[in-house]
This record gives sequence, C-alpha cells and structure tokens, in this order.
Amino acid sequence: MSKHHVTTTVNGDAVEFLADPRETLLDCLRDHVGLTGTKEGCGTGDCGACSVELDGTLVCSCLVLGVEANGKTVNTIEGMASGDALHPLQRKFIEHAALQCGFCTPGILVAAKALLDKNPDPTEEEVRYWLAGNLCRCTGYDKIIRAVMDAAAELREAA
Amino acid sequence: MAKDGLNTEFRLVGTRPNRPDGLDKVTGRARYGADFSLPGMLHGAVLRSPHAHAKILKIDTSKAEALDGVKAVVTRADFPEGLEGEDWNLQENTMAGDKVLYDGHAVAAVAATSKLLAEEAVRLIEVEYEVLPHVIDVDDAIKPDAPVIREGASDASVPEGMPPNVVRYMEFGRGDLEAGFAAADLVRENTYKTEATHQGYIEPHACVGQMGSDAKGEMWVCTQGQWFIRKMCCAVLGLEASQLRVTPSEIGGGFGGKTTIFMEPLSLALSRKANGRPVKIVMSRSEVLRATGPTASGSMDVKIGMKKDGTLTAARAEFRMQGGAFPGAPVDMALYCGFAPYKLDAVEHVGYDVLANRPKCAAYRAPGSPMGAFAVESLIDEMCRELGLDPVEVRMKNAVREGDQSSYGPKFGSIGLVEVLEAVKGHSNLAEPLGPNQGRGVASGYWFNHNGETSVSMSIAADGTVQVSVGTPDIGGSRASLSLMVAEHLGIPYEDVRVNVVETGSLGENEPTHGSRATFASGKAAILSTDQAIKEMCRRAANEWGIDPEAVEWADGAAQPAGPNAGKFPPMSIKEIAGKMGETGGPISGHHESLPEGVGASFGAHVVDVEVDPETGLTKILRYLVVQDAGRAIHPSYVEGQYQGGAVQGIGWALNEEYIYGEDGRLQNPIFLDYRIPVASDLPMIDTVIVEVPNPGHPYGVRGVGETGITPPLPAIASAIHQATGARLRHLPMTPQKVRAAMKAQDS
Ligand code: FES
Ligand code: FES
Repeated sequence: MSKHHVTTTVNGDAVEFLADPRETLLDCLRDHVGLTGTKEGCGTGDCGACSVELDGTLVCSCLVLGVEANGKTVNTIEGMASGDALHPLQRKFIEHAALQCGFCTPGILVAAKALLDKNPDPTEEEVRYWLAGNLCRCTGYDKIIRAVMDAAAELREAA
Repeated sequence: MAKDGLNTEFRLVGTRPNRPDGLDKVTGRARYGADFSLPGMLHGAVLRSPHAHAKILKIDTSKAEALDGVKAVVTRADFPEGLEGEDWNLQENTMAGDKVLYDGHAVAAVAATSKLLAEEAVRLIEVEYEVLPHVIDVDDAIKPDAPVIREGASDASVPEGMPPNVVRYMEFGRGDLEAGFAAADLVRENTYKTEATHQGYIEPHACVGQMGSDAKGEMWVCTQGQWFIRKMCCAVLGLEASQLRVTPSEIGGGFGGKTTIFMEPLSLALSRKANGRPVKIVMSRSEVLRATGPTASGSMDVKIGMKKDGTLTAARAEFRMQGGAFPGAPVDMALYCGFAPYKLDAVEHVGYDVLANRPKCAAYRAPGSPMGAFAVESLIDEMCRELGLDPVEVRMKNAVREGDQSSYGPKFGSIGLVEVLEAVKGHSNLAEPLGPNQGRGVASGYWFNHNGETSVSMSIAADGTVQVSVGTPDIGGSRASLSLMVAEHLGIPYEDVRVNVVETGSLGENEPTHGSRATFASGKAAILSTDQAIKEMCRRAANEWGIDPEAVEWADGAAQPAGPNAGKFPPMSIKEIAGKMGETGGPISGHHESLPEGVGASFGAHVVDVEVDPETGLTKILRYLVVQDAGRAIHPSYVEGQYQGGAVQGIGWALNEEYIYGEDGRLQNPIFLDYRIPVASDLPMIDTVIVEVPNPGHPYGVRGVGETGITPPLPAIASAIHQATGARLRHLPMTPQKVRAAMKAQDS
C-alpha cells in the first residue's frame, strides 16, 4: 500500500513521517518518530497504555490512524517534563511508589494530566472513574490514586 | 501487630527512598521488550490454530514465501526431532507438530521487512486440518468418553486404569483420617470450582532474536528469567546454551507468566533462516490471551471435621486440575498450600493433573495456592457459620506455629501466622458496622517462598561507589530493595549503589524472579558478595597500617582498627581505599553463588467487606485489608505494593476473570474488553498491615512478599457474599449473573 506523508507537531517539534494508511498513530509514534514511551498493551482501546493528547484531547493512540495526525499536535509522555523539571505528577508517582513494572505509567500520567488540566480539584471517585480506562495489573491502583490526588493538591497550591 | 521499632535498628533498611529506575519509567525512557530495535531488523508474525483440537494434514507456505519482502517462513519441520519430556512439551507448545492442541496454538511463523507484510504473509499460508473432538473442562476431560489429547502422556505416578487424560497423580498425608472424622462434631464435604485466569501483565510478550548459520545468537526479551529463556530456547532449537546470549529488557509485569518461552524460539529460527538478520516478534493482546499464560482451572472436593469449639480433627482434599494440553497444572502446590495454615493430625491429599484443549498453563503468583485456598477456606468459613464460631478465632485456634509439622510434611521454622491473625483482630476495619446487603469475609493464605539458583557479583568503582550485578529482573522495585541492603551493609549512601540486571554472559545461571525470591535470594547473595569486598578492603587498610588484617573491622563505611590493641589509625573510608586500589592490588569485588538456604514462608490473612446489589447481583468491594508477614520490609512502599497488587488480582479472579470457551472450543474473550481485569473505579483503597517476624535465614530477615497476597481474596470474597446474601457460591468467578441466580435459588 502506498504511504502517506504526514506532517505533525510532536511535543513541540515539527515532525514528518511516511505512514502506511493501516498504521495507527501509536505505530507511527513508536516506529517512525522513535518515541517508544507510549506503550501498546492491547491495541483495542481497552488498556490506556497508549494514551496521548491529540490537539489537546486525550485519545488512545491505538485507535487513531497515523494519517489522522496530519496537521495536528500530539503530546506524549516524552513531552511531559519541562527540561529537567518533572511534572508534579511524575514526581509524585516516584515518591508514592505508584508504579511497579511501570508499563502502564506513561499512559496513566498522560491521562491524569488531562484530568488535572480540566479539573484541578478532583475527588477520589472522580480520579478513579477518569482512570478507569487505564489498566494497571501491578499496583491495585491504591498508590496511583494517592499520587494523583497529592499532585493535584501541590498544583493547586502552586497556582 | 507489627513489631514496632524493628526499623530503627537500621540506617536504610525500612526507609522509602525513590527507586533508582523511577525517573526512566515516568519519562517514557525505560526500554521494555517491544522498545528494542536493531539495524536490518525483520518483523515476525505467527499463524495460529483456529481449532481447539485438529490434525494438521498439510501446510502450504508457498504463497507466503512468494510475497515480496518475506525473508523466512518456519514450521515444525524446521525444528530438531527426538526431544523428550518437558523439552518436547516446550517445543510442541512453541510450534504444533502433527496436531494442534488448542485455539491459538502456533502453526507457522513468518519474518518480513515490516510487521504489516509479515501479517499479510501469515494470511497466505494454507493449512488443511482434520478437526478432532475436543475437551475444555477438567471434569469432562476425565470422563470415560473424553477425547484423548495425547496417548502415552501419563507419567509413572498414574495408576493403571485411570482415564488417559490424567497425566500425573499424587496422594499423600498422615494420621488416622477415619478416627479424626469420627472425633468431629461436624463433618462437611463440598465441591468447589475455579476457572482459568490470565496473569494479565499489561506488556505483551516481545523479543528480538538473532542467530547466524554458526548457531551463535543473541536475544533481547522481556522475561522474568534470562537463563530460563536461554535454556529453553536452546533445548527447543537444539543449540548450545553458551552460544546464546540473552539480555532482559525492562519488564512490564510477569506474575509468573514470563518464566517460560512462547514465541522466543521462533524469532531465532526465523533469523537463522533469514541469513542472521534480527527478527522482532511482539504479540498482540489476543495472542497473549490465547497462547500464553493462563492458570490451571480446578475442580476440588474438600472434607473437614470440626469440633464444636472450632478445633479441626481431620481434613481431606481431592483436587483435579487441568493445565492445558501439557502436564504441569500446579495441583501439587494447591494441595500443599490448602491446609498449610492449620495444625492437623489427620490429613489426606489426592491430586490429578489432567490434560485439556487449552494453552499450556504457566505459573501465576503463588501457583495453585489460590485454588486450594478457595476450596479449603470457603469450607472452613461455611462450618464456622454453621457452628456460630468466629472465623478469625477458629483460624487462631488451629494456627500452625514454629516447630509444627505442616499439613504437607516438613516442619515449619519461624513463621508469623499467629502474629498476622492478631494484627487482623486488632484492626479497625473489623469494628466497622455492616449495613443491609453487606457482608464480611476473612481468609488466610500461604506461600512457601523460594530460593533457587542464584549468582551475584558486586564491584567497587575507583570513586568508592558500588555496582551490583544480579540475574533477577526487577519487576516491582527489587533494585531499590537490593540497593538499600547493600548500602546498609557497606555503611554508604543508598544513592552510591547501582544495581544492574545483567545478561546471561555476565553471571552464572540464575533462576528467574519467581517464587518471591529476588529480594531474598539475590539480596542474600549480594550481601555475601559484599562481605568479600569488605574483607578485601579491610586487608588493604591493614597492609597500609602494617597491622594484621584480623585487627581491622568494617564500620560506618570505613575500615577501622578493631579495638584499642589494633593500634590508633583514623578510619579509612571506602572512597579512600577505592581511590588507590590500582596501586594496592587491583580491583575490589565480590561474588557469591549458591542455592541460598534459609527460605522463610509467608502467611497472610485478608478481611473484605462487600455490598451486593440485590437487583443486579453486582458485588462492590467496600473495604479491603491485607495483613501479611514480610519477615522484614526492606522498602515498605514496595511491600505494600505487592500486597495491594496481589489482593486486586485475587479480587479479579474472584469476581470477573475467567477464560470463556465456546462450544467450538475457541476462546470467546481474548481481548481486555471481555477479559475484564479490575479497573480503578471497581476498587477502594487497599489497606495493608506489614507484620514483621524476621526470617532468621536472611541477614535482614526477608521472607519474600509477592505471592501470598493473591490467595485469600477468592475465599474471603465468597464468604463476604455469603454473609451479605445468604448464598454460598462455590464456583468462580462470582459474576453478577451467578450471584443473582444463587440469591434467587434460595428465595424459591
Ligand atoms: S494499546 Fe491503546 S488502549 Fe491499549
Ligand atoms: S505498574 Fe505494572 S501495570 Fe501498572
């Protein structure tokens, strides 16, 4: 199948790649752009490991075609820290031991950031429902929820 | 209660520093199985059987081979013949021979210049099957008219005349069972069933394999055990183990399911055929569910005798388990663990390992123990209710203690079951009042823990920092706990130690990270390695001071004269000694390898409160408490994490998770949408209490904490549902439909 030329902005950088129309945005990020921080856990939109922001909207990148990213802006886990400074969510995940294997972590961080951008003061229940599409098999979610709540509190204080 | 104050004896052990791999994992930099690539790499795809049981009449790969960009196709014909025993099982599971034995069984594999092309090529392979009758359920598989999966698969343990799908048989026990049951006030017997579940790690299996015509190769793979991968790949492909070098990636969860091989040998076989170009294979989720992992399923009869005061007088278990189309269901482990929390003078165990047309089972967290506990702990609870006894008190009354003979034979060393049960009794969750449709369940769980072949090296850098090489992949923070122990032992900062998980060329054989052994076994070996380096550093200091090495001791990160008679010298720090090691005799390092002795078993007990919706039968977890003996929590956050993660996997097993097969023997739910694992909104916080009864067999008292936690949820939730609804469910999972039906059945 002939390939399509795709032009996007990924984490602030202009990026071009050639995509087979069957390839997902997840495939393109990982295989063509070289950003492997976004993970594939299922490929069917059920695990959230592939979460990215596409033009500011949280999406499962396994459910978006690479060619759909043409002209759009993509933010991935690799763009979450500003230089050396981790995003408070990233820092709190380490401090709270909110990851074990860490495979779900990039997707959960991207999803949690999308929540806090919208709702800086979520209840525990809101965090649990927001992250219900992000599977973690290791932690039982307890420390993840605590880390998100704590990061939210810190962000509110800073605001 | 936890033995408070233990942690204060240590500078670092028991603290909660950031894990060394944390930064890489929150920034997306950590490299997992599928993140690795090589120049010239090809991509592999696997053709899998759509049938549960069929004869392969013909495989035609010509169209696939003719496709532009296809570089290699392999079938079983590319594998050596004449393997036996488990090697044959592994080979047969890697790629079907004369028959396919389950839905998802690999039949052929392709390597091509892109993944899309490889997938296209796989679709062009034509296979002619003769479909055979199949059997899925364990009880059906031992019926006289059941399809025979493999003639002659039974080992010598199976008595004459047993159904052909029984491949292993066991019976063991002690005491006078009849007298024991006669002495009881209440004797009850019931049958319990558990369904197969999957470990459900979020990272699918992935590897890059490379092998030339000289039979030398390399592999990069997500695995719990690089030496197991090496050994098994080489056995299946007829290679020499030392010629294959296996490097483990970061691992996205394993839970036992990544201790064996699946498609890894295929990447090597394809690479060899493709002139040594590396081949990457990444499984899809449905391949993971159809062809890797799952647990055994069980059908279990339990009979128990109890006195009015709760004393157990006798117990008998007869467990039947299928572990797929190959021997290896953990029926022995289930039997060993089932009655382990109880002091019993008369006990009998009988076990059947049965074949069925399902994927080859792999280890899953405390393999066998959750099933055994579901049967035994459920029946104990039922009898407590019948006799009006408190389930915690009954467990306390019959609890095994140090020196007791276990139900399965060996005498227990130091164990902490009584301390665990005391902590349960004292916990505030037990005082929470229950409302309508709510219930509380309690259950115990057990795991032996494990040592295993272990080889560890450490060395001191010229700046006085320390590197430790271990062979046990870090799945849940073990690099942090190993760093803590080595830094504690050396008297240096935590940050000065770097623990690396190394490839097979760097150390002697290591068993995988399994059986809750990494912090125990690699930890013990790391400390013993460090002792060698300490001895050498003391010798170097003694040389410089011109005193006897025996007169030097190590304290606070420095060599020091051991008492006033040794002479007066200022402490010589690790940095000082390391800085001049080039002139004082060369590198300073330590190495230790053994099967570390002194494994300490771990008991736990869980308390769960549920609410059952009387309309829908949906069970909601209101509160959850895990209490478990860690021996010593080196990094308490990751101990809690193991407890919480194990409990939630158990909750999934109890309430939702199961392999669902259609009439045609095909797996009906091979995606996460239908194989539903617990999500954040299903759960409350998981409360934990870390009990610390130190294991005398480990320098810091470590037992191992990973396994036990998955065991108690199955029976505890069943008992809580019983209290909430009056209905006892003896067949997992306890889905809303089943709970509603059970409630309805008792109404009528
Ligand atoms: S990989 Fe996209 S949701 Fe799982
Ligand atoms: S930390 Fe392993 S899946 Fe979440």
